[in-house]
Amino acid sequence: MADIAIRAVRKSYGKTPALHGVDLFFASGEFVVILGPSGCGKSTLLRMIAGLEDITGGEIAIDGRVVNRLEPRERGCAMVFQNYALYPHMSVAGNIGYALKVSGVPKAERERRIAETAKIVGLQDYLARRPAALSGGQRQRVAMARAIIREPKVFLFDEPLSNLDAKLRISMRAEIRKLHQRLSATSVFVTHDQVEAMTLADRLVVMNRGHVEQVGRPLEIYHRPASTFVASFIGAPAMNLVRSRVEVESAGIRFGGAMVAIDPAFAAKLRGQDVTVGIRPEHCCLAAPGDGGVEARVDFIEELGVGRVAYCEVDGLPFAISLDDHTVVAAGDSLFLTLPSEHLHFFDIESGRRIETDAAAPVAAPAASQHSEQTMGVH
Amino acid sequence: MIQRTPVANAVTYAIMVFGFILLIGPFLVIIAGASQTMQQVNAIPFSFLPDNQFLTNAAQAWKRADLGTAMTNSLIMAVLVTAGKVALSAFTAFAIVFFRSPLKHVFFWSVFITLMLPLEVRVVPTYAVAADLLQPVKSILSLFGGIQIGIDWNLLNSYTGLTLPLIATATGTFLYRQFFMTLPDELAEAARMDGSGPVRFFFDMLLPLSRTNMLALTTIMFVYGWNQYLWPLLMVTDPSYKTVMMSLRSLLPADNGTPDWNVTLAGSLLIMLPPLIVVGVLQRWFVRGLVATEK
Repeated sequence: MADIAIRAVRKSYGKTPALHGVDLFFASGEFVVILGPSGCGKSTLLRMIAGLEDITGGEIAIDGRVVNRLEPRERGCAMVFQNYALYPHMSVAGNIGYALKVSGVPKAERERRIAETAKIVGLQDYLARRPAALSGGQRQRVAMARAIIREPKVFLFDEPLSNLDAKLRISMRAEIRKLHQRLSATSVFVTHDQVEAMTLADRLVVMNRGHVEQVGRPLEIYHRPASTFVASFIGAPAMNLVRSRVEVESAGIRFGGAMVAIDPAFAAKLRGQDVTVGIRPEHCCLAAPGDGGVEARVDFIEELGVGRVAYCEVDGLPFAISLDDHTVVAAGDSLFLTLPSEHLHFFDIESGRRIETDAAAPVAAPAASQHSEQTMGVH
Repeated sequence: MIQRTPVANAVTYAIMVFGFILLIGPFLVIIAGASQTMQQVNAIPFSFLPDNQFLTNAAQAWKRADLGTAMTNSLIMAVLVTAGKVALSAFTAFAIVFFRSPLKHVFFWSVFITLMLPLEVRVVPTYAVAADLLQPVKSILSLFGGIQIGIDWNLLNSYTGLTLPLIATATGTFLYRQFFMTLPDELAEAARMDGSGPVRFFFDMLLPLSRTNMLALTTIMFVYGWNQYLWPLLMVTDPSYKTVMMSLRSLLPADNGTPDWNVTLAGSLLIMLPPLIVVGVLQRWFVRGLVATEK
């Protein structure tokens, strides 16, 4: 168990900056997911915690001890790599036990612990095999076992599920979650997959272009994205973002040939300002034609099984709407929408940062909130 | 593009058979001649059928060229060259591929340049150094301080002198470098996370993984070391350091002596055997190590 403090950490490759001053704190036992598109610096940050990348500026402390100058082995971290990085010439047992062998653990104890660890990940029957003779999921387990056996203070996962097929990914996700509950070591998990991020994280860090965009619990981030980037990155299909002007007199925004009402107090605050307005496809409601709803012309439909997504055009801009199973539409149809004001998000047009409304949707308290509260780090 | 017509097949086979005969012909002459009597080997036309005189001829050749000493020397030389080369190349490639150092490119290119300077090109300066190891120091000292030192330290007539100049070349380094570069970075990183230092990583990961490369290089280097002619000829004046390639000469019949080519051929066959055995044993890995990277 250890906490991780990241203070003003910067990284540049030559003159190209990759991370611009990141400040984060991961509490002991917390499961943190770092999410971002490729090239956002999330893997770099993870590798800096692991000790595989030099730290250009700032410092990283694990368990209160600054580790900037420590070798990876002295930091007490274990890492699971995207391509597993198993030792191809060693058996599964050899792979799992290599760290113990290096640290000079006697053979008898080593074998006992290998057997124990293999049992946790369900590999006890495969100990004599070579990695080449294993399936993707089994290799993934070996990589995890290799990390578990060292009883590390910190687990680092570098996109460990992205090489697995969709079905395995879901089951491995559950296993990682279970494993975390069992070992409760601080875990940092890097991914570009928002579903993985939402489902695994106690706390989520969204990164973009070397900056931290937002830190928070998954639902908090989903319901109150701090910037247009986060808004469009989290959620599938992505949040609809349109530029609009807030009109004070009518307390609303003009959109798609209709007036969308917003909280008058808020409208007064923004008086006549241009803002980016966002609404999630799943929050758009259908209205009867002639009710003064926003008119959307359907371009094409994506069937998902559970419901469907209609990709439409409003005022010549793309606009996605999630529909349930019962709503039957076809390409070329017109839909009329009401956009509930409590589900509208407002962002500054220049900086893309969120503008808080008092009428913003309350953050739905998750059932497991108590657990989250305990493990939430306070910066 | 592969065409399968009877004519194309016939032509292909004809070319192959021609090439094969060209390659195997001299070898057949040696095998046949080595087992015939002196009369048979000098008979015209030459008979390509082997006889039963091989052991007699071989024994005579062994005695005439003192092959016992020469074989031992050649074996020691070839083994030292092979071992030294395999070890040195592995270490050099390890340093070039896995370590980030500011002078990395300087080192890389200085190794690379030795490819263009085989022993035959630099034989005179190499001999000068081998004959007097301290000579560069001496000339600098006498140039600047007028000091003369009288220490003589040379490598002539020694196994060190025979092998060292042959070890210091880059061919093997490149074979290893290409292989090391195919290994994913994560392998080294995983080993680092597991607490293994560079030396441990080299012995626990790289050596076992590069086994096929090592065996391929062993094959090449053994043959290379065994076949050395020019360098031993220059280096060795003491007959007890003679190598087999040098003793080939003493196997030839004297100018006006008896034309016992059967003995000469038997001796050549004996000299050819060790590299043949090595290639025969290692050929399976030889091709794999040079062509494919093992999964």
